[in-house]
Amino acid sequence: MTLISLWYGQNHGLLPMAASNDAGEVDELFNFMMTIATGLFLLVEGVLVYSLFKFRRQKGDTTDGPPIEGNVPLEIVWTAIPTVIVFILSIYSFEIYNRMGGLDPMAAGDPGPQMMAHSHHHSELVALDTSQQNIALGLGISPESQQGINPLEIKVNGIQYAWVFTYPESGVISGEIHVPVNRPVALNMTAGDVIHAFWLPEFRIKQDVIPGRETNLVFTANQVGQYPVICAELCGAYHGGMKTQLYVQTEEEYAQWIQDNTFAMKESGESVAMNPVSNSDTEFLEPYAQDMGVDADTLAQLKP
Amino acid sequence: MSTTLERNAPISPPPPEQNEHPQRKWYEYFGFSTDHKVIGIQYLVTAFFFYFIGGALAEVMRTELSTPDPDFVQPEFYNQLLTMHGTIMLFLWIIPAGAAFANYLIPLMIGAEDMAFPRLNGVAFWMIPPGGILLMSSFFNGAPQAGWTSYPPLSLVSGKSGEEIWILSILILGTSSMLGAFNFVTTILLMRMPDMDIHSMPLFCWSMLATSGLIIIGTPVLGAALILLSFDLIAGTAFFNPAGGGDPIVYQHMFWFYSHPAVYIMILPFFGAISEILPVHARKPIFGYRAIAYSSLAISFLGLIVWAHHMFSSGTPGWLRMFFMATTMIIAVPTGIKVFSWCATIWGGKLSLNSAFIFAVGFLSSFLIGGLSGVMLASVPFDIHVHDTYFIVAHFHYVLFGGSVFGLFAAVYHWFPKMTGRMVNETLGQIHFVMTFIGFNITFLPMHQLGLQGMNRRIALYDPQFQFLNMVCTVGSYILALSTFPFIINIIWSLYKGEKAGRNPWRALTLEWQTASPPIIENFEEEPVLWAGPYDYGIDTESIDGDEDVEDMLAAVTSESQ
Repeated sequence: MTLISLWYGQNHGLLPMAASNDAGEVDELFNFMMTIATGLFLLVEGVLVYSLFKFRRQKGDTTDGPPIEGNVPLEIVWTAIPTVIVFILSIYSFEIYNRMGGLDPMAAGDPGPQMMAHSHHHSELVALDTSQQNIALGLGISPESQQGINPLEIKVNGIQYAWVFTYPESGVISGEIHVPVNRPVALNMTAGDVIHAFWLPEFRIKQDVIPGRETNLVFTANQVGQYPVICAELCGAYHGGMKTQLYVQTEEEYAQWIQDNTFAMKESGESVAMNPVSNSDTEFLEPYAQDMGVDADTLAQLKP
Repeated sequence: MSTTLERNAPISPPPPEQNEHPQRKWYEYFGFSTDHKVIGIQYLVTAFFFYFIGGALAEVMRTELSTPDPDFVQPEFYNQLLTMHGTIMLFLWIIPAGAAFANYLIPLMIGAEDMAFPRLNGVAFWMIPPGGILLMSSFFNGAPQAGWTSYPPLSLVSGKSGEEIWILSILILGTSSMLGAFNFVTTILLMRMPDMDIHSMPLFCWSMLATSGLIIIGTPVLGAALILLSFDLIAGTAFFNPAGGGDPIVYQHMFWFYSHPAVYIMILPFFGAISEILPVHARKPIFGYRAIAYSSLAISFLGLIVWAHHMFSSGTPGWLRMFFMATTMIIAVPTGIKVFSWCATIWGGKLSLNSAFIFAVGFLSSFLIGGLSGVMLASVPFDIHVHDTYFIVAHFHYVLFGGSVFGLFAAVYHWFPKMTGRMVNETLGQIHFVMTFIGFNITFLPMHQLGLQGMNRRIALYDPQFQFLNMVCTVGSYILALSTFPFIINIIWSLYKGEKAGRNPWRALTLEWQTASPPIIENFEEEPVLWAGPYDYGIDTESIDGDEDVEDMLAAVTSESQ
């Protein structure tokens, strides 16, 4: 039974590929829990099935079973074992969560609930960020990651039913997210209308995106590839269609993509000099609205 | 409401043949009654009526999900379906069904004539039909579509009229639930027969104490949240609306402060029922009476401080996630104690594999999976991955269907002879079990994998890579739908043609089996006598063999008291 549990815990094949180191650690945690769960499952189901065959009442036997009303040592054992298991699981989960950056108190300044009208002026949010160092909502920088590497900051805005990614360094705005491999990426996320949730299944991370406040995710991709970005919080009728792609690219490809898009923005008459950070969502969404299938109503909703 | 009851009329027991026992007339089951047994059956029949509606909605959803595109129903309507399915199943099926057994059984089990507040009891029941009809009426002008959780701001911008109807309906149903809970607590604490101390009352009463405590503490908070949400919705205030400076996360905290305990409100009564059913059919005392009784209270207490595990990926800081991870992990301990104690109760017994017992074993084996996945979900790093995916859908259906509903069917089969005076048909009952068990597992087991692989929940359209497993789930759900037919046929057939039950067909020891089946008005001919503990099987009966002796003893008791 132990062998089966150990084997199944490692070979359940239930998880998609892991595209970051954190994802690998979450998988190890899941495999560990799966091993214990398989063991307990086999034990209890085994007892039930065995009992159904072994202790079936014989025809005509109307006597009662043995009057066993309890067994204190046995009860102590089966109270103690789950206690120890959940204690170990808690410590292990705490450790993993800390390594993922979940307890980084400086991950972001949560300004608390703000007037939505204000939050749409990103400049004000930025100002609040620097003035208040509150506890993070979401995942911050892993304590193990080298402090030298400067995370790539990307602003994420969730609206019904699309994601908008803004790269403050270059001014690029996109409906897809491109990140370089092996560099920490810090997402500063907010929502324009209702609550959404930003989920990267291959990275095992998810964070609700909430109108009026900022939440964060930091991750480091270690595999070049294309991964789905899924909204995981019911956000309206077409919630199921609210998805886009995450492209993890080599440093060069990523630089090229940024350059192409900066160039494209220039061509389309958009001034690169204009700092999108100082615009409202509505203004910097307008050129992209058509592409992303966002209609005028949605844009109107965003107007402060 | 009368149509509701007429359709399910056969549940009301047939007119009594011997007139020595005063019995209720059939029409009293359609009217305002203060008799706890009438009210209990009214609760049960009404709950089953809504079960069939909620189940039909689920079948429409599964049909839609057999293909990746939203082709069978529109996405808006799909969201209405999922909202209504959840609300109906929780507030109009499981919770009233638990209240049904509590109403029917508590006074009988503790040797009382009725509940402490019979009129209040009637009022509590009669709030359910209006609440249910109100909720159904929202289908006519746009049912709510924000999920049964109704998170703002989505609930403030979609399906507004339906949303307000939903709020009013939940307020009515919540009030009903609270009135019932006050009644249960008072009855259990004050109306036990003189010989019965709190440690010799049946475990079902313990579990209803724990349940009622949760209802009384939790429901007012839900009420407050919904009233504030209602202001946001119709008066334009901004308690939860970020557009006016409100905080939608506060709503989530208030909502889950009730709605996590609500999970225990839905499962604890059936934990109690299982603790009654297993010893009777295994002919063994319950293993660890006090451990099971106190673990109900422990679950109830811990259930109040785990709510934010529904919000691990919401607007919650890391320290809060860690705190709620720890409390959620701990709740596995009392739950584990119960599961192990039930297994030990079966072990070495003399098992009668009748419908009630196999449903109880089905409960144990399915609930186990829900419990194990529950411990996994308590772990924050893992929960972040699977939160709001089909893994969660699988988990809570294993708890609420595999747990509550299997427990409920076990209870129906176990107490049917008491409620109607007739036995159920065992063959049909076993067909019902096999179909339910197979259909249930085919429907919900693959959902674990879907969620882990990346399928989010509450979606009418999904990625084509998930189609095969969704098709499997849909097929399973059809089997589950078909499984209700042997049940319905069995109930109706047994009601008229079933073998006469006698007062104690299972040779059980709890007090409800010491009176006639169905019990007479005001329950007992004479003051009942507590001549054995509720689970004293195999004690003092080794030298004598069985059936006749119990009958003899019963007869002796009756003659003694006459």
